Amino acid sequence: MSCIEQMKYEILLQRISFKEAREYIEKNSDEVYYVSPGYKIFKDYYIIGVPPIAVGAKGNALIFPYTKPCHGSFVLSIENEDSIKEITRLRETGKEKETDSSKKSKPYESPRVSATSYQDMWKE
Amino acid sequence: MLIAKVEIRINLTFLQIKYVRDKIMTDSKVLLMMGCPEVPIQTSIALYLSHKLNKSGFDVTVAGNDAVIKLVKVSDFDGYYVKKMVNLDKTLEDIIEKRLDFDICFAFMHNDSGLTFAATMSAISQAKMYSIIFGKNAEALEEAIEFDCVKIVASDVHNPTRLKNRLDKVIEEIVK
Repeated sequence: MSCIEQMKYEILLQRISFKEAREYIEKNSDEVYYVSPGYKIFKDYYIIGVPPIAVGAKGNALIFPYTKPCHGSFVLSIENEDSIKEITRLRETGKEKETDSSKKSKPYESPRVSATSYQDMWKE
Repeated sequence: MLIAKVEIRINLTFLQIKYVRDKIMTDSKVLLMMGCPEVPIQTSIALYLSHKLNKSGFDVTVAGNDAVIKLVKVSDFDGYYVKKMVNLDKTLEDIIEKRLDFDICFAFMHNDSGLTFAATMSAISQAKMYSIIFGKNAEALEEAIEFDCVKIVASDVHNPTRLKNRLDKVIEEIVK
């Protein structure tokens, strides 16, 4: 179990294809960075995905894809001290940064699904 | 006398080649990367493939989520067909951190998540990739694959025979 599941996160999209997750992140982030599969965030979560993997920043929130074999892909948002560190790291490493200033004028789309716990989400 | 010497030499060369081939196979590490087990033929094909490769001398590991591991362990409770079972997330972590890698990977997929995991494996590992694509969306998935791999495709859900036959041909090529 990765640390993501222990953190407070918001689900922005759920049970979608990875392509849809990428498109959502590209359209709904202030800044978009592209990372390789296996890029590590939040100490021990390695991002699963089809390259190029879009990771976004919106304010202090990190927006990223999360894929599980039986549940499809999700877009998660985490905003805390660690997300600020992750965004700073992405800015410093500058992996194919793509910033669209027009995106900043767009109103923030509120999360479609409220925060939930890992145990509830993956209960079998 | 000369013919006998030639025969002995040929036999020795044959044995040496066989030894080298067997040694390569024994040293070859194969990963069966399982997807969501909701399509019935996956578990059946995994048990078959694991056993067939084990018998051919490969070092086979099956990786999956908890549901996959439970299904395989109940089906093969003595570990006759599957010798090694591991958690998929942990395996990917070990490959990313360079603690582990494989020579060959068979990635099972019948949905977008399976394709996503296979694309990740293709990017992080040195393994030669074989995509086992099945289920109702097999053709669409096959077209969506962009990474380098051998594709073994059968749009079946319940009957594993076509997929098994196609895999047999691929294994023949690998073992040659």
